Amino acid sequence: MNKHRQLRPKDPKKTLLRLFSYFKFNKMLFIGGILFIIIGSLAEIGANAMLSPIIDALVVYRDMNLFIRYLLVMGLIVVFIAIGLYYGNLFMAKLAQNTVHKIREDMFSHMEKLPVSYFDSHTHGDLMSTFTNDVDMLNQSLEQSVSQIIISVITVVGTFIMMIILSPILTLIVVSMLVIMFLSIKYIGKKSSSNFRNQQLSLAGMNGYIEEMMSGQKVVKVFNYEDRAIGDFNNKNEELRKASTQAATYGVMLMPIMGNLSFVLYALVSMGGAFLVMKNKMSIGNIASFLQYTRTISRPITQVSNQLNTLFAALAGAERIFNVLDEEIEIDQGDVELAKDCTGKNNLCWNVPVSNGEYEQIPLNGAITIKNLDFGYTPEQIVLKNINLYAKPGQKIAFVGSTGAGKTTITNLINRFYEISDGSIEYDGIDIRRIKKYDLRSTMSIVLQDVHLFEGTIADNIRYGRLDATDEEVIEAAKLANAHYFIKHLPQGYDTVLSADGLNLSQGERQLLSIARAAVADPTILILDEATSSVDTRTEKLISEGMDKLMEGRTTFVIAHRLSTVRDSNAIMVLEQGEIIERGNHDDLMKLKGRYYSLNAGTLELD
Amino acid sequence: MKILLPYMKKYMKYAVLCPILMILEVLADIIVPYLMSRIVDVGIVNQDISYIVKIGLIMVAAALVGMLFGIISSYFGAKAGFGFAAEVRQQTFKKIQGFSFANLDEFTVSSLITRLTNDCNTIGQVAMMSLRMAVRAPFLMLFALIMAFRINASLARIFLIAIPITSIIIYFILNKARPLFFKLQTKVDKVNAIIQENLTNIRVVKSFNRQKFEEKKFEDRNNSLRETALKAISIIILFMPILNIIIYSTIISILWFGGQQVIVGTMGSGELVSFITYITQVLMALMMISFFFMQLLRGSASAGRIAEILNTESEIKEINNPTRDLKDGSIKFENVSFIYPSSKENTLNNINFKIKSGETLGIIGSTGSSKSTLVQLIPRLYDVTEGSVIVGGLDVRNYDIKALRDQVAFVLQKNTLFSGTLRENMQWGNENATDEEIIKALKQAQAWEFVSKYDDKLDTKVEQGGSNFSGGQKQRLTIARALMKSPKIIILDDSTSAVDMTTDAKIQKIFKEELHDVTTIIIAQRISSIQHADRILVMHEGRIESFGDHDSLMKNSSIYREIYESQQKGVVGE
Repeated sequence: MNKHRQLRPKDPKKTLLRLFSYFKFNKMLFIGGILFIIIGSLAEIGANAMLSPIIDALVVYRDMNLFIRYLLVMGLIVVFIAIGLYYGNLFMAKLAQNTVHKIREDMFSHMEKLPVSYFDSHTHGDLMSTFTNDVDMLNQSLEQSVSQIIISVITVVGTFIMMIILSPILTLIVVSMLVIMFLSIKYIGKKSSSNFRNQQLSLAGMNGYIEEMMSGQKVVKVFNYEDRAIGDFNNKNEELRKASTQAATYGVMLMPIMGNLSFVLYALVSMGGAFLVMKNKMSIGNIASFLQYTRTISRPITQVSNQLNTLFAALAGAERIFNVLDEEIEIDQGDVELAKDCTGKNNLCWNVPVSNGEYEQIPLNGAITIKNLDFGYTPEQIVLKNINLYAKPGQKIAFVGSTGAGKTTITNLINRFYEISDGSIEYDGIDIRRIKKYDLRSTMSIVLQDVHLFEGTIADNIRYGRLDATDEEVIEAAKLANAHYFIKHLPQGYDTVLSADGLNLSQGERQLLSIARAAVADPTILILDEATSSVDTRTEKLISEGMDKLMEGRTTFVIAHRLSTVRDSNAIMVLEQGEIIERGNHDDLMKLKGRYYSLNAGTLELD
Repeated sequence: MKILLPYMKKYMKYAVLCPILMILEVLADIIVPYLMSRIVDVGIVNQDISYIVKIGLIMVAAALVGMLFGIISSYFGAKAGFGFAAEVRQQTFKKIQGFSFANLDEFTVSSLITRLTNDCNTIGQVAMMSLRMAVRAPFLMLFALIMAFRINASLARIFLIAIPITSIIIYFILNKARPLFFKLQTKVDKVNAIIQENLTNIRVVKSFNRQKFEEKKFEDRNNSLRETALKAISIIILFMPILNIIIYSTIISILWFGGQQVIVGTMGSGELVSFITYITQVLMALMMISFFFMQLLRGSASAGRIAEILNTESEIKEINNPTRDLKDGSIKFENVSFIYPSSKENTLNNINFKIKSGETLGIIGSTGSSKSTLVQLIPRLYDVTEGSVIVGGLDVRNYDIKALRDQVAFVLQKNTLFSGTLRENMQWGNENATDEEIIKALKQAQAWEFVSKYDDKLDTKVEQGGSNFSGGQKQRLTIARALMKSPKIIILDDSTSAVDMTTDAKIQKIFKEELHDVTTIIIAQRISSIQHADRILVMHEGRIESFGDHDSLMKNSSIYREIYESQQKGVVGE
């Protein structure tokens, strides 16, 4: 549950129409479903209508043949009820499943296309909740509410018509009672919606507290904080209990109120009917039917009013789903593609279109030029100012500087996780905005500080770098990253299955795996963003040989906290507040006795 | 579900009153159709208007009484249901507070959160529904049956056929659907897992161009989810049509057999009509019972998961009459071996060492050499598998756990601050601390220099997890929080890794000068953080590689020398 998720849709009509557009893939199911539901509910009205002639045949006409014939007709109608209900529900369920299936698929593939900035600016919890709770709610509504509402409307209208035919006077009693029912539903609905909101608020507060405490549970233990935590929890829990009780009370009250009001109606109709019979204005059979109708007409009203809250919540959820689907996807207007079998690295070339359908081939080299680059995640806040640099193919360029200096941002721009606003980045002399994203990224590998692994085996995870890598290549890469040793010691070696995000490995081991994953991809450009920060200095030394091999012949960008990692770079850029304040190799910078020097002497805190 | 029943105790009053009032409501519901038959068969037949009005008013009164009882009953039901949920949540939370580190390792954080939130909510809803339906349905059925038999016993025998048939069908449908719904849940989990994974791993997916690959994976799981859902649904939707066939078949049979009695004159036509109403009520009640079972099904999965927590016992137990006071801060490990419950190999092997009270011990070694595991044995966060840990001259298992942990402060590697103010966070260490005491600790941990710059000083807001502080600041704050305890022993598990060298050196100096009688254990990656310690432990793959001071280790320990050299080439700042 999330903090302030809307319970009501802002524009229900638009959302509803868009939802309906999903049915066009399942036109037959939709039309058929509604048709069968109509058949079923009409048949149900018909079955009730048959009661009157059947009883009259017995009581008034005392005609056994007529009675039997009516019974047979009723039997036939019952068959229609069953068929209508079954296929109506089946089709609606299929429709709901197909729709939700399609929505899930659309959402997922849209999610895969969204720019990284979207994920950086939205909490995962929110997206996850849209994916799960909102889709779930929609599914339930499509499955139940839609058919229920159709049934209800038909039942109410059909029953109403039958009532008027049977007795307009008694119908008048019914109508006045229905008005009372509507008013009480409205009153209760109003009462419960504010209570409902209260409940949501304290539920959100509770969930937030639980999340925080469970995440810090070990700290709680270390500080003997348990009793105080239990006390705090108790207060919040009590508050939630009161709010929930209150919110639910109005909700569940609806049932007995509606049920019993319908009995009052039943009593009034009985009395009125009795008078009419005595005045010979109505037959007993008709009263029996009419009474049955009073029962059938109040049930759908209760049901719909019960469903209304769910339905609104589902529509609000659908609105959030569509909002996600409306998010702009990554821009990719590149016309430069990679071509095989030519003279560049890995036998690859850039195919640069020139006029009249011709191509100019530029061999893939791995040179990066950044010219007059300015960048801000928001227009007001500039993160990078006037960055200029040139990385020759195979060079190692390092960025150092405190958190927020803009180190990671530069690498975010090179592989176009974010789009640059001012200045340019050129790859082998081609503006990267002209290069197809797929091809651009297929020549780059990135190793991040926060290692993320996938459910699957160790081998699967390394192979993520290149799907067609052979087992030998996978092991080769693992050896390069010095991961082979610990993998061999796992229960099933390379076939050991990692739980979600590799939680059963240590941070250092995970980092080694991600280095192996980057190695197997055989990239032209390598980006190491704090890639060895969780590995201790001794292990780092052990893998440094592998890292050197990995970086050999590849243009490498290194971001490191630990300065030992960047020492042997061709060039070191010291960033501060988005500007390069010092540049040069280690020796140059040490001589300069500036920022880099003091970082090395350990008199400055990097954070 | 059964294991949770005792938690209803506090709300028993409501849990009992809800169904009792419900029975009264049901009684009113039952009497209305009977009264109607009196209107038709007595009132109309005798043309007795006053009788009709009298009975009619009784009907209205019965319905109003029923409504009153119904409202109160549902109020009590909500009270009992949510009370029950709150009680279960409270007890579950309490149980988790008693968990040992080993217990916490067993359950992931996210699974604990789901259990406390979603599962507890489900339990409450199910309890509320059950209270209403489980009682209402059988009574409704019973009363309707009694009425039907009273009106016409021979006709009512039709129920003896209809009820068993309905029950059997319901049983079969539920039985078939049950495993499918469990399967459905695992399919849903699988779909959710891949979404979660892609959300956190999006940068990896994008940088390796694996969008299509992930979409394919998702499609497979999504398809399989739809398949299972449709299978489960196609069984469940059999319910309504079958039930309708049974209801109407019964009505037709009643009309057939009853109709003949009406013609003969042994049954009133009003009786026949009310009889039909009772049939509907009986069969509806059966449907309610089946819904009730479906609810139970839903609840039992949640109850099972909560029971898993409630049935977990902390393996760390206190002895009778435990000692409350640590004599001093001396520490001794005797032949200590330790193995994590989930692993096969020993994490710590035959550890032996001794330090005197007030000494400083540095621990260094590569990732995975079990440094953290070793120090976690001191405040009994885990219990040794073999050997013993002796603190203040006594095996740690002889102490009152709370007293032990109050006197051994521990700054965890994975540390967090909590939302609230800085003062509140500091008071974790000492509930009644004055501002002066807090400021003193902050000064000792070198945190006051930046805290004093905030306008709100100690009232500065801390965001969840302390996200508004930098790594180095957070580490200094957590050290200050530990100092608030005025401990005899303090353990810093890699707690200054993000603090710059100058500040780190200042902290070390304070520990040496102001806190010289506090035994200090420092785990660090950086040699400079520990090289001045009285003694240094070098850990390697769960064993002590060597033990001594800086100078002797430089001579005798190849690993220590390697680490030292790897950090000397102009690389000191981390």
